Parts: sequence; C-alpha cells; structure tokens
Amino acid sequence: MSTQQCGRVLIGKPGLDGHDRGAKFIARALRDEGFEVIYTGIRRTPEEIAAAAVQEDVDVVGLSLLSGAHNELFPAVLDELKKAEAGDIPVIGGGVIPAEDIPGLKEKGVREVFTPGTPVKDILAVFHAAANEHRKKR
Amino acid sequence: MSKHPALVEWEEKVLKKALDKAPEQRKEFKTGSGLPAERVAMPEEIEQKYLDKLGFPGQFPYTRGVQPTMYRGRFWTMRQYAGFSTAEESNKRYRYLLEQGTTGLSVAFDLPTQIGYDSDHPMSRGEVGKVGVAIDSLADMEVLFDSIPLDKVSTSMTINAPAAVLFAMYVAVAEKQGVKPEQINGTIQNDVLKEYVARGTYIFPPRPSLRLTTDIFAWCAKNAPKFNTISISGYHIREAGSTAVQEIAFTLADGIAYVKAATEAGLDVDVFGKRLSFFFNASSDLLEEVAKFRAARRLWAKIMKERFGAKTPQSQMLRFHTQTAGYTLTAQQCDNNIVRVALQALASVLGGTQSLHTNSRDEALALPTEDSVRVALRTQQIIANESGVTNTVDPLAGSYYVEALTDRIEQEASELIAKIDEMGGMIPAIEAGFVQRQIEDAAYTYQSQIESGDRVIVGVNKFQIAEKAAPPVFRVDASVGEAQVQRTRKLRENRDNARVSSALEALEGAARGSDNLMPLILDAVRSYATLGEVCGVLRKVFGEYSDLKSR
Repeated sequence: MSTQQCGRVLIGKPGLDGHDRGAKFIARALRDEGFEVIYTGIRRTPEEIAAAAVQEDVDVVGLSLLSGAHNELFPAVLDELKKAEAGDIPVIGGGVIPAEDIPGLKEKGVREVFTPGTPVKDILAVFHAAANEHRKKR
Repeated sequence: MSKHPALVEWEEKVLKKALDKAPEQRKEFKTGSGLPAERVAMPEEIEQKYLDKLGFPGQFPYTRGVQPTMYRGRFWTMRQYAGFSTAEESNKRYRYLLEQGTTGLSVAFDLPTQIGYDSDHPMSRGEVGKVGVAIDSLADMEVLFDSIPLDKVSTSMTINAPAAVLFAMYVAVAEKQGVKPEQINGTIQNDVLKEYVARGTYIFPPRPSLRLTTDIFAWCAKNAPKFNTISISGYHIREAGSTAVQEIAFTLADGIAYVKAATEAGLDVDVFGKRLSFFFNASSDLLEEVAKFRAARRLWAKIMKERFGAKTPQSQMLRFHTQTAGYTLTAQQCDNNIVRVALQALASVLGGTQSLHTNSRDEALALPTEDSVRVALRTQQIIANESGVTNTVDPLAGSYYVEALTDRIEQEASELIAKIDEMGGMIPAIEAGFVQRQIEDAAYTYQSQIESGDRVIVGVNKFQIAEKAAPPVFRVDASVGEAQVQRTRKLRENRDNARVSSALEALEGAARGSDNLMPLILDAVRSYATLGEVCGVLRKVFGEYSDLKSR
C-alpha cells in the first residue's frame, strides 16, 4: 500500500526514559507497512508532541513510555491535543504499563495500550483502523 | 613429565601470592558426590598456543579470569540495583541492608536526577522518584547517607552525564562525616558515550562530556584513589538491541575513547587504568555469552598492553559487573522469567563476572516487588552455593565450541573496532550515527525473527496460554514528587544565595576555560547549589545534545 493509503503517524516518546527500542521498532514496522512515520526522538514534552502532531498533520499518534510516568503523561498529551483543537487524532500507547492502569488510560481517551510481547500484526491492525477512521473524518 | 615452566612460574608468582593474600573458602573442594574438584583444569600438555590464547587465570591475557582462584577465593558480589523514591526511604533500606551484613550499596537515581533537572523543573513532571531516588542538592544527599559511615561502605552510583555533580555531593557528605576523599570507595557509572547510542540520559554533547569524565579521572587519581571512576557499559547497548559482538566492540571502543582522552590529558594509563571497570549484559544464549565474556577480557588486555602501553596487570584486567538481560523478560507467563534469569546468571558466572545483578520475574510489567527481588537474589545464591560451578576456575575452557566461539567473537569485535578506528574513533562514529544505526538494525532483525516465529520465545510466540489477572505490581506513591518539589523550593529560600551565585559564576568561568572542573563543582554543591543549577550553568556553556542531530 502507498503512504497515501495508509496515512501519517507520529511516534512520540514523552517523559525522560531513553528506552527507545520499542518506539523505533514500531516506527520501522509502520514504515514497512506503508505508513509515513515521524519519530520525535526521546524526551519530548506533551506540548512538543501535540505541536508536532498538529504541524505534521498526522492521522494517529503513538506514544511509548517505560519509566512509569504513563498515568500522567499519556493524558497530558491528550489534553494538549485537545487544546490545539486536534483532540480527534487517535492516540495509541505502549510500553511497560501495568494491566491495572490500562482501563484508566482508555477511559481518559487512549485508544489502545500495548504491553511487551504483543505481536506486531495486532499493533499494525489497530494503527490501520485508527488511521482509517481519522481519515474518514477529514 | 615435568611441569611446563610457564605453569611453574604462574604457581609460584601469581597463585601463591593470591593464596597468601587471601586463602580459599575451603581447604578442599569436591563435587556434589565427593570427587575432588580441580582448581584450574588444564590441557594434558601445555603448548604455546594455549599460553597465547588462554594462559592461566590472573595472568595476561586473562581469558580464564582476572583472579587465579576466582570463586574458590570469594564469590562475586551480589549487588542488586535498587532505588526508593525518597532519600529517607532509601536511607532506611540501606541501613537495613547494612545491618544484614551488606557492604556494598547500589544507588538508583530517578530520571530527572540522571538528566540534571531539579524535581520542580517542568521536564520532571511525573518522573520524580519513579525509577530511583530524587537528589536535588547536598541536603538530599545528606539524608540519603545519614548515619552510614562512608569510610566503611562501598557505594555504586548509576549516574552518567551529571556524575561529577553527584560524586561531588558524595565527597561533600563524606567531608561532613569527617571522612577524607582518599578513604571513600565505590563506583560511578560515568560512561556517557553509551548514553548517546543506548541509554539516553545524556545532557551535553560528547566532547565536553568527555572533558568532565577526564576531570573526574584526574581528580580521583590525586584525591580519591580507591574510587572506581567509570563503569564502561555494554549492558544498555545490548538492551537497545545489539548483538553480542556489537556489545563487546562498542563497549571496548568506548573504553578506548576514554583511555585516549585521559592519556591526552596527561594522565598515567597505569594509574587511572586500574580504576576502569566494565558492565555487561548476560543474555540467553548461554555458551555464546560465556565466550563473549572471555573474548572481552582477552581483547581488552591486548588493547591496554599493545595500544596504550599499560604495564601493570591491574590496568590490563577487564573487571566487570553483569546484569541479566532485561529485554528477554516476558510479560506473558512471567514466572518463566525466573528460569531465564537463572540461565543468564549462570552464563555470567561461567564467564567470570566480578559482580552480578539478577533481574526479577515481574520487570516486564513494572518495577519489581520485594518478593520477586528475593527470588532473584536466591537465584544467585543457589548458583554460588549449590551448583558446583564455583569450585573450579573457568570450567568451560577447552571446550571446542566455547573456544571457537571465543575466538570468533574476539575476531569480529576486533574488526568492528577497526572500522570505528577508521572513522576516527567512537565520538565521530556516534556523531555520524553509525553506532546507532548498527544497533537499530540488529534490534529490528531480532524483533522480526520473533514476529516470524523463526526465533522462539516461550510463552510469547509458542506455548502460549490464556492468562488470568496479572500479578500485583510495585507502585511509587504519587505524593512523593510533590513533597520533593516543596523541599527543594524551601532549600532555595533558606540557603546563602549570594554564596551560591558566586560559586556558580566561578564554575561558569572555569567551564569556558580548561581547568579541572571538579573543585569548582565541589564548591558549588557545598554551597547547596542544586543539581539543576550546576547542570544549568554547564548546559549554558557546553550546549545540549539531541538524538535527532545524528540522523
């Protein structure tokens, strides 16, 4: 599929942890799949990630975090997107995230949360669905 | 048949000296069913090729280990890395551990501390006290080591970019206890080069960072000669996805960069060389990992001797800490991780590690619970006391497979180091993004093999089961961050701010010049300037590194 068909994705790393192995793998897998991918690099603030998402006009934002600050920083990115009137961009999270935190994150608007060991095809499927939905709204 | 003269020489010079200094743990060592266990098993006939490649333990090229008796003399140090949100909590835990007979502390700092931000900095949001203790100023460090005699304990601190500042705080706390710098011992990680390619807690660009590193080397050589000034780390390079060969090659290439910088700064390789230590990963391919540790020792000994002219044995020896591979832990059927960790820990012991951290079964889910940490420690104790592998030195030597792998890893790592040399060394290689790309490619290959099922991970892509609710996880109380922020704000109001400003100004001036910065950083932390303020001054002078610049 061409980029036109798959859509644009921003992979962001909020927080201070430098564990970017997962983020980089997903970025590359999405690229191989046909998405156009922008990777923010590590240590981005929620403000920076939201601004990049708006500026790059992406269809999906993927967040990766392994430090334990997800309960604060994932919702913070959602808030910043809303402030930037881009609250309709779906946000997907991943990282070392305890199962018991996932319902709370979803309630706050994170579309899906992936933990270590998830097959990449499952992750790609959710990115496809999220991107398609967002593109229909355009 | 008479003994080979090299063996006689080793027995008389190296072994005897070690035994005189410290006797072995037992008079006799036996297998589980009572057969004698040889100290060092050797080929029937000792040939030149054996002497060149393996030699005897405690002797160049150290393939068989850095001590002649290894674990018969003393087990490795079982050092579990841990940090507890606040200085008070950590202090309580350290004092408990010391009462239990521990002599080595290992301090984990939270991420803001590791990146040189105070707890009230906007970037610290959500991160204060999460993965370790938050230290903003000397006041926090005083609490952290309250009633802990710094002349008696050895403290390992996982701190890199701002290592000079945290180390200065440690020295200042010791001073307040009446302990002189020459009495303190321990290790600071202080390996900033691997932060650019793997771990991510860099602050400044590589070149000024290296200046801070050599400033610490120089200051310690003069003032704190017992302190290990660096732990050159392949652990995180492997965690980021490298192969075993890349782990060794990039780590030793980092080592070469540090040694080169230090000798260029006029330091004596036989003085600071003794205080270099290494930190490796123990992953799942047991025999490859054993070969890797052996190859690393041989390669480093040759580098130090041949490239840098190191003469004393201690500066040729690669001493290392090991941690089992975090990246191999699975969230699925997480008790299986206990078995993975046991195999990895065994690899590190068969490879001759000096100290070991075993990961806990639940670390793919969150920070480990106390129960899990205990199982991880017990794993080491079972290997040490029950498995029998500690009764003999370098038990896998002479295995056709292990020796061939050792040679192969050494050769491939040498080739990769030669490539980095051609690029002008590790700093240009990092600046060009070469190292990062190599690691990323290896990580991608590894993950793709898992995705395709070519690489089996039990419980993940084969032998899966439907699982019930996840086990309980460890949590840091959210109020910790707020309390720490208040404490630091209060400190800024109550200290002598004129003294702080003048110390920071002096530091800024020196940073623009070329004087050793350690005395100025010490002055600043003594005045209760915060970590963020000291790093702020250095950020202003040195600039900041970004991971997007090298691609």
